[in-house]
Amino acid sequence: MTASIGVAMKRKEDPRFIRGRGRYLDDIVLPNMLYLALVHSPYPHARIKSIDKSKALALPGVKAVITGEDLDAAKLEWLPTFHGYDKQMVLAFGKALYQYQEVAGVVATSREIAEDGVELVEVEYEPLDPVVNPFQSKEDKIILRDDRESKTNHIYHWEVGDKEKTAAALDSSAVRIKERILSPRCHPAPLEPCGIVADMNKATGRLTVYMTSQAPHVHRTAFSLVTGIPEDKIHFISPDVGGGFGNKVPVYPGYVVATVASVIIGVPVKWVETRTENLTTTGFARDYHMDVEIGATNDGRVTALKVSTTADHGAFDAAADPRKYPAGLFGIVTGSYDFPTAFAEVDAYFTNKAPGGIAYRCSFRVTEASYAIERSMDILARKLDMDPAELRRRNFVAKDKFPYSSPLGFVYDSGDYEATLRKALDKIGYDSLRKEQAEKRKRGELMGIGISTFTEVVGAGPGKHFDILGIKMFDSAEIRIHPTGSGIVRAGTRHQGQGHETTYAQIVGEELGLDPQELLVEEGDTDTAPYGLGTYASRSTPVAGAALAMAARRIREKAKKIAAHLMEVSEADVEWSDYKFNVKGIPGKSVTMKDVAFAAYTNPPPATEPGLEATYYYDPPNMTFPNGAYVAVVDVDRDTGHVQVRRFLAVDDCGVVVNPMIVEGQIHGGLTEGFAMAFMQQIVYDDAGNHLNTNFTDYLVPTALETPHWETDRTVTPSPHHPIGAKGVGESPNVGSPQAFVNAVMDALAPLGVTHLDMPLTREKVWRAIREAEAKT
Amino acid sequence: MFPAAFEYRRAQSIDDAIAALAEFGEDARILAGGQSLIPAMRYRLARPSALVDINAIGELGYLRERNGFLTIGALARDFALETASLIRERYPLLADTSAVVADPVVRQTGTVVGSLCHNDPAGDWPVTSLAARAEVTLRGPNGSRTVAIDDFIVDSFTTAAGSGEVATEVRFPSPNARTAGSFQKIERKVGDFATASAAAYLTLAPDGTIGKAGIAIGAVGPTALRVAVAETLLEGKKPTKELIREAAREAEKLADPTADNRGSVEFKKAMAGVLAGRAMTAALGRLGVGGLE
Amino acid sequence: MKITVTVNGSAYTREVEPRMLLAYFLRDVLGLTGTHVGCDSSSCGVCVVALDGERAVKSCTMFAVQADGHEITTVEGLEQAGKLHALQQGFWDQHGLQCGFCTPGMLMTSYVLLKHRPNPSDAEIRTAIAGNLCRCTGYQNIVKAVRQAAGELAAEPVAAAAGG
Repeated sequence: MTASIGVAMKRKEDPRFIRGRGRYLDDIVLPNMLYLALVHSPYPHARIKSIDKSKALALPGVKAVITGEDLDAAKLEWLPTFHGYDKQMVLAFGKALYQYQEVAGVVATSREIAEDGVELVEVEYEPLDPVVNPFQSKEDKIILRDDRESKTNHIYHWEVGDKEKTAAALDSSAVRIKERILSPRCHPAPLEPCGIVADMNKATGRLTVYMTSQAPHVHRTAFSLVTGIPEDKIHFISPDVGGGFGNKVPVYPGYVVATVASVIIGVPVKWVETRTENLTTTGFARDYHMDVEIGATNDGRVTALKVSTTADHGAFDAAADPRKYPAGLFGIVTGSYDFPTAFAEVDAYFTNKAPGGIAYRCSFRVTEASYAIERSMDILARKLDMDPAELRRRNFVAKDKFPYSSPLGFVYDSGDYEATLRKALDKIGYDSLRKEQAEKRKRGELMGIGISTFTEVVGAGPGKHFDILGIKMFDSAEIRIHPTGSGIVRAGTRHQGQGHETTYAQIVGEELGLDPQELLVEEGDTDTAPYGLGTYASRSTPVAGAALAMAARRIREKAKKIAAHLMEVSEADVEWSDYKFNVKGIPGKSVTMKDVAFAAYTNPPPATEPGLEATYYYDPPNMTFPNGAYVAVVDVDRDTGHVQVRRFLAVDDCGVVVNPMIVEGQIHGGLTEGFAMAFMQQIVYDDAGNHLNTNFTDYLVPTALETPHWETDRTVTPSPHHPIGAKGVGESPNVGSPQAFVNAVMDALAPLGVTHLDMPLTREKVWRAIREAEAKT
Repeated sequence: MFPAAFEYRRAQSIDDAIAALAEFGEDARILAGGQSLIPAMRYRLARPSALVDINAIGELGYLRERNGFLTIGALARDFALETASLIRERYPLLADTSAVVADPVVRQTGTVVGSLCHNDPAGDWPVTSLAARAEVTLRGPNGSRTVAIDDFIVDSFTTAAGSGEVATEVRFPSPNARTAGSFQKIERKVGDFATASAAAYLTLAPDGTIGKAGIAIGAVGPTALRVAVAETLLEGKKPTKELIREAAREAEKLADPTADNRGSVEFKKAMAGVLAGRAMTAALGRLGVGGLE
Repeated sequence: MKITVTVNGSAYTREVEPRMLLAYFLRDVLGLTGTHVGCDSSSCGVCVVALDGERAVKSCTMFAVQADGHEITTVEGLEQAGKLHALQQGFWDQHGLQCGFCTPGMLMTSYVLLKHRPNPSDAEIRTAIAGNLCRCTGYQNIVKAVRQAAGELAAEPVAAAAGG
């Protein structure tokens, strides 16, 4: 028996996927199943005067047409949003509040007829002036939400840190920078659209819901609260999910309407969204306008950080944040740096856009925060005429300061930022790149080097601070070992490609000295999996991974008793090492976990329950804090504004690595998403409230040809509080990379006097900056 | 995203297809590659009453030189041009174009003739066809006719083809040894339509001056545009950096784009100029005339 | 309309509307759900199948009636007699998939690529799969997977000719 942790084991889930035998939502077919299609509002803001269903209902094959009025009569029109401070319409009722908002649902015997029926629903609208800019919304000239008690578009004000001390420190700083930095609205766009098959079985009284869900237990509880059906009568199954990235966390109107239709009609109802619906109605990401100020001494030591953010939430506050964190974990904005004082505030506003905000591997607003601080440090470096690597190094939280209490309330568990950066700079050949850049600059060539040294925060989270709809953010594991030594492992998380069927088996295999190939891992079925909060915000390894280790250790405790019994020694003489139970002082006398498993069923010690299983619900004592150092090297075409990414190196520190192959895959994927955000992705609404990026021809996902080659490496700084020292990594590349790209392009344009450009850095944006700079000379 | 209902007829010959079009009337459409038509139908932006599928007419799949022309049948796929050594060696302008149309899967089904008939303002084949002075053959109930590409291209998504006619072929004059071209395109990613594109097709006279020039730009107007002023400027002159720059400026002036997700009017016009310049430089480079970058 | 389509070697005769897309014919009518649908604009490629063994086709951009009389190979047809195709093995060995949703399309596009170009360079592989989107892998391991498969197939010319 050899180690399972740290092994690049091939994935156990792959055999079905490579054969096309995965079971995704749209693969599920039930007898008598009907199909739901949705009617959408063409207007960003309008009163709904009437909805005429008659022509649609007359079409052969159409079984029902459902409107907001129908739902309101059944008290199902309003959904609580995740962190509970707002509610959202299921179907537009009285008013439509964003272009493409769901207005009605048509249920029919085939997909095609459902769409034919959608065309026949006649809706009369009275268009109203839209509000599409949060700064405009702030003025409260047009109030969007007449369903709310306070008639204002301002949703909340959130703040953290010391406002006065920070203001004073900024005022007395020798050097000061201030910049408005945009983290633009974008969308996670997993390749599998969202969908549901809702099946109300009147004979058994049970509602079975197949749903593209990153958190099936929470969804089950939410459905129970909304419909009044008790949880034991609801069975949620999240089948194979084709990518989540936060898109499959919220509860969408299509899910509710399909469920209502099934309850009313008594047959299964399937709803699978179109790509257009995915991009225009499901949870967007970002849309933070951040005013960042940093103070520093003349020799580049930071004195203070202030960030004031205007957040555009769309028409409802459906940001899927933990309840007490309306602005997520934005307080990580001090990043890797030891700020003596800091202050951050967020003011959120409604606009006539789709709701959302928490998605696209954001770790709950950590992408926004990390982008803000890393861009600003570069702007500061330029003002100080200091190398950006040197500025960072000078201000890193020192290795010996951990656990480190940041001025914005986080206690960072561990990190050696200096070592991670040094590894990155050595590997990329930083000094010779700077030399090459100097030579190129003499010839007017635009070459740039961009650095991002990020620290992020994942593993939500300790129950005393973190809950979703009141449910603490623990996670769970249940392990049962069979008589012949293989086992079944169930967890409360739900992977969408992250490889849990493999990595969880590795964690348990390591703890129990069992072969991961013989540990079946299951997630996603609420009838069998222990209650968990799901997979998002890189929480699976930190929380469920810990639960798995702890459950396995409970098994090992009992196993030790059985081992002692088998070897006829006292328990005190038995020790676990080298994946076996050994007897102290008697080499060669040992039993394996397999021996113990068999004995647990055939020969348990007296007064010991037979069987070998354990459950653990893990409430993490803290978050975990992965970090990284990324370097991008770019060359900019002066004539077209095209940016060629010549090299990109990512050095990540996610603590102990369970499966290096899987971690590397996560990094590749996240870097590709970060690349897309930096250069080509934005969800734009024009001044009239029209959504301009409704499909993949207008919302761009890079192909293999645009995507750079990724170089990766790692440092390992274990988390001291995690049972196996692991931190989580899925979102780090999204958190850390956009700013590396942008810093590189700004570095390339620095000789032209360009100081900041917002993402996405399209060719035109870069071209225009170059032309404007040339016009000045 | 399902199309509205329609009738379907599979034609076994060109005459069959013409007869079917007549039978179904003017809302019928020919289905060849369908890579532009079917997506439009799925959005219900196109709602033909009937599709006449010509994919079974095997004789239309040809790609060969004949009587001084490269003839491309209606069912010759982009992929055929992308992979043919004939095209790579003798028609580099077409090789360039076929490598960047749509994406590599769509190219296996999309056709050159279909793309010309669709006449998307941002399409690539119309640009190249203008530069190389191609001709399109149409067959209808009243017989056959060959139309010069400048006359074939009428307006956005509109060509000279009558509703009862089938385009059966596009042909490009075969080049002599002193003729070469280049196609340049800016796209935000593979599969995107061009932000701007340009094609240059140049013939050198024996004395090293430019004998004949074909310059066209795409995605910057209601259709692909011939930059006639640039052609006149180039013809009879020795190629120099300044001459190319002047000609490129004419391309920028002529460009008449609309602003959209791909860029503003100003940016697209500028790119039309930059790409026209790069196309001319590359074409001349292929003819052994260097140092013009 | 009645059509007969041979899929993975078996002939299926079914009655369909002209507007039924090939992707849905395969998925809903034949129950072969390995071919996926991911977008509305023929951009993503998760629906790619092989037509007549030699052309990669986006099955969402083709009508089932067009496949009448033709042969379609889907991902389910790659494994032969219990043996994985070299591409499937390559994707598994090289971690060329995460959520698996783009995988069938990637496999079929690569399958056709290797028929036309048995020894592609990395750049040629990247070009060939540029009509297939992936959100999870960043493509790097997919390129390695196809490269491994190309090597395997080259080393077994007899097997490749027989069933590949």
